[in-house]
Amino acid sequence: MVAKFRGPGMFRAFLFAAYGVALAYLIIFIFRTWYSLDPVLEGNAVLELALFTSPLGFLVGLGAFSYWFYWATGKKTLAEDHSSHGAHSWRDYFRVNTDHKVIGIQYVVTSFFFFFVGGLFAMLMRAELAQPGRQFVDPNTFNGLFSVHASLLIFLFIIPVFAGLANYVLPLMIGAPDMAFPRLNALSFWMLPLAGIMMLLSFAAPGGSFASGWTAYAPLSVTAPEGQVFFTIGVQFAGASSIATALNFLVTIITMRAPGMSFFRMPLLVWANFSTSLLVVIATPFIAVSQFMVLFDRSLGFNFFEAASRGDVLMYQHIFWFYSHPAVYIMMLPGFGIVSEILAVKSRKPIFGYRMMAFSLLAIVVLGFTVWAHHMFVSGMQDWIRIPMMITTAIIAVPTGIKIFSWLATLWRGVLHLDTPMLFALGFLTMFTLGGISGVMLAVIPVTIHVSDTYFIVAHIHYVLFGGSLFTIFAGVYYWFPKMTGRMYDERLGKLHFWMTFIFFNLTFAPMHVIGIQGMPRRVADYADQWASWNLAISIASFILGLSALVFAYNMIASWRGGPRAESNPWRSLTLEWQVTSPPPIFNFDAVPTVVGGPYEYGVPGAVHGVLKGAEVPTPAGATARGSSAGTHATVTDEE
Amino acid sequence: MSEDARRQERIPVLQMVVVGLIASALGIAAGLSIDWFPERASTQAGPIDHLYDVLIWSSVPVFVLVAIIVLFSVWKFRMRPGEERLDGPPIHGNTRLEVIWTAIPAIVLVALCSYAWVVLTDIEAAQPDEMRINVTGQQFAWTFEYPQADGKPVKSNQLYLAENQPVRFFVKALDVIHDFWVPAFRMKVDAVPGIETKYRVTPNRLGTYPVVCAELCGLGHSVMRSSAHVVTPAAFKAWLAERKAPAGGGGSGGDGKPDGKALFTDGNGTATACGSCHTLADAGTTSTTGPDLDKELAGKDASFIRDSIVKPDDEITPGFQSGIMPKNYGDTLSPDELDALVTYVGKVAGK
Repeated sequence: MVAKFRGPGMFRAFLFAAYGVALAYLIIFIFRTWYSLDPVLEGNAVLELALFTSPLGFLVGLGAFSYWFYWATGKKTLAEDHSSHGAHSWRDYFRVNTDHKVIGIQYVVTSFFFFFVGGLFAMLMRAELAQPGRQFVDPNTFNGLFSVHASLLIFLFIIPVFAGLANYVLPLMIGAPDMAFPRLNALSFWMLPLAGIMMLLSFAAPGGSFASGWTAYAPLSVTAPEGQVFFTIGVQFAGASSIATALNFLVTIITMRAPGMSFFRMPLLVWANFSTSLLVVIATPFIAVSQFMVLFDRSLGFNFFEAASRGDVLMYQHIFWFYSHPAVYIMMLPGFGIVSEILAVKSRKPIFGYRMMAFSLLAIVVLGFTVWAHHMFVSGMQDWIRIPMMITTAIIAVPTGIKIFSWLATLWRGVLHLDTPMLFALGFLTMFTLGGISGVMLAVIPVTIHVSDTYFIVAHIHYVLFGGSLFTIFAGVYYWFPKMTGRMYDERLGKLHFWMTFIFFNLTFAPMHVIGIQGMPRRVADYADQWASWNLAISIASFILGLSALVFAYNMIASWRGGPRAESNPWRSLTLEWQVTSPPPIFNFDAVPTVVGGPYEYGVPGAVHGVLKGAEVPTPAGATARGSSAGTHATVTDEE
Repeated sequence: MSEDARRQERIPVLQMVVVGLIASALGIAAGLSIDWFPERASTQAGPIDHLYDVLIWSSVPVFVLVAIIVLFSVWKFRMRPGEERLDGPPIHGNTRLEVIWTAIPAIVLVALCSYAWVVLTDIEAAQPDEMRINVTGQQFAWTFEYPQADGKPVKSNQLYLAENQPVRFFVKALDVIHDFWVPAFRMKVDAVPGIETKYRVTPNRLGTYPVVCAELCGLGHSVMRSSAHVVTPAAFKAWLAERKAPAGGGGSGGDGKPDGKALFTDGNGTATACGSCHTLADAGTTSTTGPDLDKELAGKDASFIRDSIVKPDDEITPGFQSGIMPKNYGDTLSPDELDALVTYVGKVAGK
């Protein structure tokens, strides 16, 4: 038993988390005694420090830092013999594991856990909003529900689930055995559940959970009850995780591409994650700063945002949106990558305008940093800045438009395989267009003056993040499910899931455009009677939308446990991850593959993307496009 | 279908164009016929609504284009039995097309932005004879202040405006950020602690319209509502003159004494009604934003009730937070009205 607490693992993790709390008590005791403050042990002070020390203690106990501690103290480091790679039982997913495929699954499963929790909160909100007046939750709880809903789905679902999918497939796609920094990768993952649990724990705080929205505008967040710090500090862990992963992706993509994998032979998913990672490393420190400033205002008496003490209230919004606008692209670009993969494979055609697809991603990265103040058109900032921000906001639709049109051209004259991933990709294409259109409307200042902070915004953001990001996430999960689990999902349930989601997504969110323009503000627990029937209809649709997620959950769990075995390459894809077994061997490739052509040469006779040496799988049956020579996707040359 | 048959099959481009045009026309007609906006009660509303119509005109065809291509592709290019191993033609791109779909959206967007700029300049333009109104937001009430020549401003929790009299709002916040919005006027701006924000409207339609707070400001955000009354210039003058008289006018009973129950349920035109946040059986109010007065005030003496109204944060009912109830009732209720309210509540609470 004692041994369990001495070695790295969950037991020691919880023990060290408790040590972390004790350390917080000790530090606060020492400092407050030093400054003769009364009371010596102030609850909020201990809590805020413990929210840092306890998760760090957990990570130390879990063993996330072990290697570096050995190295830093001059001890003999544990040689990495990769014996821990692969997961042999469910317990292996609860350990620090440096295998990118294990980490990828840890990421995806964890983030879907928070997806369901966040979705459940949305159901509770819709139950309250089904009728005007107060029925189920009091206004404070309601404000907490939408704040935690947004925070979980942004920081614990969309951002990390993309990181998780890419964690699994990106090294495979570029022909690498793992990520560049496997230990950092494991640490990035383990910070995530801590951030999510912290946000959920806020409901236990005195005064309720954080309730100032995921935007946490100062000074509301500075004066809010103590539950606010669970967001303030939780975001630090989610953000650190995000930055570390992005660095890892950048180094992996730059340094670990297989021979012959030039930048313009990379699959667009790799390009998308390259662009996203650039956004993350540049932008995410800004939200970290904004929340630290709130924390310092709250607990250390700084006056960054305290107007009465010459603080600047608008500064918070500028710093916050300098991250949080690019964050919208952080939540969108990886989806662009997923859709590019799926549309090419499922249309059996090369991506139309590959180079412009890559360049438009980079254009979005650059332009994404020039539009943040469009969230502040009615904030009272200086008037003149609105016009340039309106123009950049409209212009960023141009590279996005290039992508939409190129995807449409990719469909054109293809051979469309209309299975679940493809349906979600096509659903994305149409729904994201609507989100983009309402986005352009929101660039137009006179319209925004009227609709900002209304349900029109709620509709817009859900067309972008649900109809956009989530549809690509579903597409990607179905598409790579055979590769990640070695099983096939149930196609009929997948299609049922798509149609339920597609129809009730629209019935839920489309009416919000109307009630928003009619004047219903967002983030309200109660509303004027004139919107009662609209809201009832929205709530009913949203409950069925919620049920559709259960179809997905059942399909995933049942298929993972007992679905038919998946072939190596059920989609006849050219990219490298499909040229190895499903699931891939522990070290991905027996020998480093050589890349000799583009990733999407469907229909090109004899086209080859990568050459694998000594692969365990035979050459996938190639397409017999354009008649003549049998096109092979990957040529296996077994010289031994 | 064999690959050759596929190649020879005619792609119904003309059909797509026709269907697309019809769908766009229907979509635009539907978009324009939806009653999107609330009443138009200011000169600013017209140009904004018109701009929105232009956005409908320009965005419906974009969506129709995308949807038509997706739907026709699904219909015409879907994999048919026997085509499992077939690939599409290896088309890698088309520079001319790519230039077109980069340039045209850019031009359209810049044109839209230019038009929006014109509208913005128009709706924000200074008007002759603007009347100044100071707007103060605090958790969770609005105070409208009409500066007067004698230096004693008229204060009100309800907004009164004269028809066709341009006004300029100077907006402040006392605690956190609020947002002063009258949907019927289309204009809004945040009330920000530490700075003064402003905007102009010219109300041009008689009526009463909702005033709402559009920026999340805490617990009572959703009930931080008031009313904007656009009245004739003569009626406005009369209202102003009445407000300048020392005792508040609204809520008066027939005998000239304030009616406590009416004050409770309707306010006095200056102070927000108690009933919008509190439950009181006798008054028929059921809101639960604040404590239930039937429970909390039953059997309490008059001085406790008076303190609870004037200094709400001195004693907080368990389960509720301080700082929620406005602290300005001592200013917005006249002494007579306060007396009437205390007497009324003391008499009926818990009965």
